[in-house]
Amino acid sequence: MGVIYILITISIIVAVFFLYAFIRAVRSGQYDDDYTPSVRMLFDDELKIKSNKKPIQTIKEKQV
Amino acid sequence: MNTGNCFHCGIEINKKEEIIYDEKSFCCNGCKTVYEIFSQNDLTCYYDFQASPGATPQDIQGKYDFLDNESIVTKLLEFQEDTTHIVSLYIPHIHCSSCIWILENLQKLQQGINTSQVNFPEKKVRITFNPEEISLKKIVELLCSIGYEPYISLENFDEGKKVIDRSLIYKIGVAFFCFGNIMLLSFPEYFEVEEYWINEYRGFFRWLIFAISLPAFFYSASGYYVSAYKSIKSGMLNIDIPIALGIVVMFIRSTVDIVFDYGQGFFDSMTGLIFFMLLGKLFQQKTYDFLSFERDYKSYFPIAITKILADGSETSVQVYDIQKGDRLLIRNQELIPVDGILISEKASIDYSFVTGEAVTIEKKSGDKIFAGGKQIGKVIEMEVLFSVSQSYLTQLWSNDVFQKKIDIKHKTVTDKISRYFTPALLGLAIISFLYWIFIDTNTAFNVFTAILIVACPCALALTAPFTLGNVLRILGKRKFYLKNAIVIEQLAKVDSIVFDKTGTITTNKKTAITYEGTPLNDFDLKLLNNALRGSNHPLSRRLYEFIPNQIKLIPTHFEEIIGKGIYAEIDGNTIKLGSSQFLKTMTENTHKKTKVHVEINGVYKGSYVFNNQYREGLEQLFLQLSKKYNLIILSGDNDGERKILEKMLPSTTKLVFNQKPEQKLEYIEELQKQGKNVMMIGDGLNDAGALAQSNIGISISENVNVFSPACDGILDASQFQKIGFFMNYSKKAMKTIFMSFGLSLAYNVVGLTYAVSGNLSPLVAAIIMPLSTITIVSFVTIMTNFYARNSQPATRNFQPATKNNPA
Repeated sequence: MGVIYILITISIIVAVFFLYAFIRAVRSGQYDDDYTPSVRMLFDDELKIKSNKKPIQTIKEKQV
Repeated sequence: MNTGNCFHCGIEINKKEEIIYDEKSFCCNGCKTVYEIFSQNDLTCYYDFQASPGATPQDIQGKYDFLDNESIVTKLLEFQEDTTHIVSLYIPHIHCSSCIWILENLQKLQQGINTSQVNFPEKKVRITFNPEEISLKKIVELLCSIGYEPYISLENFDEGKKVIDRSLIYKIGVAFFCFGNIMLLSFPEYFEVEEYWINEYRGFFRWLIFAISLPAFFYSASGYYVSAYKSIKSGMLNIDIPIALGIVVMFIRSTVDIVFDYGQGFFDSMTGLIFFMLLGKLFQQKTYDFLSFERDYKSYFPIAITKILADGSETSVQVYDIQKGDRLLIRNQELIPVDGILISEKASIDYSFVTGEAVTIEKKSGDKIFAGGKQIGKVIEMEVLFSVSQSYLTQLWSNDVFQKKIDIKHKTVTDKISRYFTPALLGLAIISFLYWIFIDTNTAFNVFTAILIVACPCALALTAPFTLGNVLRILGKRKFYLKNAIVIEQLAKVDSIVFDKTGTITTNKKTAITYEGTPLNDFDLKLLNNALRGSNHPLSRRLYEFIPNQIKLIPTHFEEIIGKGIYAEIDGNTIKLGSSQFLKTMTENTHKKTKVHVEINGVYKGSYVFNNQYREGLEQLFLQLSKKYNLIILSGDNDGERKILEKMLPSTTKLVFNQKPEQKLEYIEELQKQGKNVMMIGDGLNDAGALAQSNIGISISENVNVFSPACDGILDASQFQKIGFFMNYSKKAMKTIFMSFGLSLAYNVVGLTYAVSGNLSPLVAAIIMPLSTITIVSFVTIMTNFYARNSQPATRNFQPATKNNPA
């Protein structure tokens, strides 16, 4: 049953690692702005479709 | 095709000025140019995320010349190295995803910009650029040309590196780590089975739990020890004393339990308690990043201004370096930073920053002009009389009120309760200890510590943060933005409300003028226009601006009867303008409307009606408030409107006119000396002193992104008539707090019965603690939402409130 020592130690180490990761993320300012990234991640795809079309059309006009 | 609105900015297009380009219609050349820039650079995606997201670019010629000045640029930069500069600019127009998109693609528009990143809640863009390829001035001009003019003020110049305090988040992270792991590790012991497996590893588990609890005890909870120590030192018993006491006792008793093998201790409850209480603190800290509650004149004033040197050349000079006798050049839309004398022939100055009144004031050469005004129109020259800090307006900030820390004057409701709670708790603990000590010393210690542990006012301490935090959010959704949770408690205590007049109970939008009566022909208008030209009465000036320009004629006779009207003769025609008494034609008595009657050649034509400029719902609001509060109107203007206001408002309303900024401050002070809790509602910089002095200063704003003086709360002007509701709601919030205090006391009583009788097991503690927390949190959340819904229907029409269309 000595394995319990190893298992618990590992589980604590994993937990400490996550705590460290969390603190690092906060320190780097990742949580300072929780809105913009959610918008930003939607942009890239949009851009790729657009860039190869020269005559500029907006979605709005396409619907008309 | 488009529906008559500008493709770029969405403003309705005046048919005559419509510009069709690329099959899209634009309201002006500026908007068209922005579209051109975007389409040339393949950036028309901009218009996909949101319809008409843009703003018309403003004329900025010469406005940013000060960015040529190296030392000013250095102050603005966040980071500076040979080939990399970083700058953060505040751009008020940021309001939608299109804005984010275009601003993050700046590098496509301009060589030399490496990256740009938007922080949407703060409305800031952070630009990294290469100073060898592009200057900051160029970037700012680029931003202006696409309609995203940054706002750079004296405040940017003064502010140092901002240090963001994230320690609360770290503490919560650590506490949660400890709490979670300890909970897991103490699970086996909850069942208290005497089994080989558990007995074998008991020591290992317990000491591990002890070790994990250390960071939470020493780091996460450290704020409570400091606060408790401070409160003991200052002789005020606040809620942090029983909390700190509870935590410390819990830790010591648990350690003793483990060392002597009495039991598993209360480490799980202790860490849980620390975690939940920190969470409450975080919840209470609702901040509005895009608003600032600490503004003074610095946020309004420019960094630099153009100075004319003796040899006639121009240079930009930092405003703090302006000295008496300097000659300054003020361009269109520029702010006058110091008091001085006008040298140019004429100036029209908009003092809306200061007074809230949007009507421009004409000044002639030699007139004194005061700091805080904005020149509208041509470029003017002025000579400086006082430096920035000695000017009339800025002197207000040397008053003591602005030096004080506001936090000190408030005593929170939780602290008040704990003044009774703490001694009662200690008393109970000691009495039980004395009772048990005659029976069994061991139990006596157990009971003593158990009482302190159970009664540790976790639920009590959580009540206020969660209630107020939730109320803060609900109010924020209704466009009433408060600085912090303490303001809500203060709001509930208010008994006198002081209003500023101009810009607060009146709107500062230009009021519409309508004409009633027989239609006037061109000739009549010509006569009217020329008669009005000579008059300086405010109504005449406004009417003069309203009537289209006409050929200039010189009146042969002109007479202005003060308080009545104008009599003029032009080319043999007689014109009479003024009040109904003056014209002796009608005996009308509609005081709510201001009218100018017109009579030409002895024939009554009709009247110009100046529509009510008071905010909608003003009368109802005052009627509603007058039942519960002392109402006072404190105005910087003369008492010209006294009659109208007296008619409109309840008779109990006190009207005070001709108040200078310092006098407003003193007036509030006087009220407070009489023991009143004063709420001041104002808008301009001239109210800044009164707002700071009052128990709560609320600043009312047509556009919350535009600037408002330092205050405790910012109210969107469209919500003006809801003030009554907000006041009521704050009272309901306090009621909720008291109800849940009752609830948490009930929990304490239950827990104490266990404790006093010496039966508190760690398991019971571990159940009671989270259970009471959950009950309290859900109770206050439900109650505050219920009251918000019940008191008055919410406004559901959320406009993109942040968009500021140039009117």
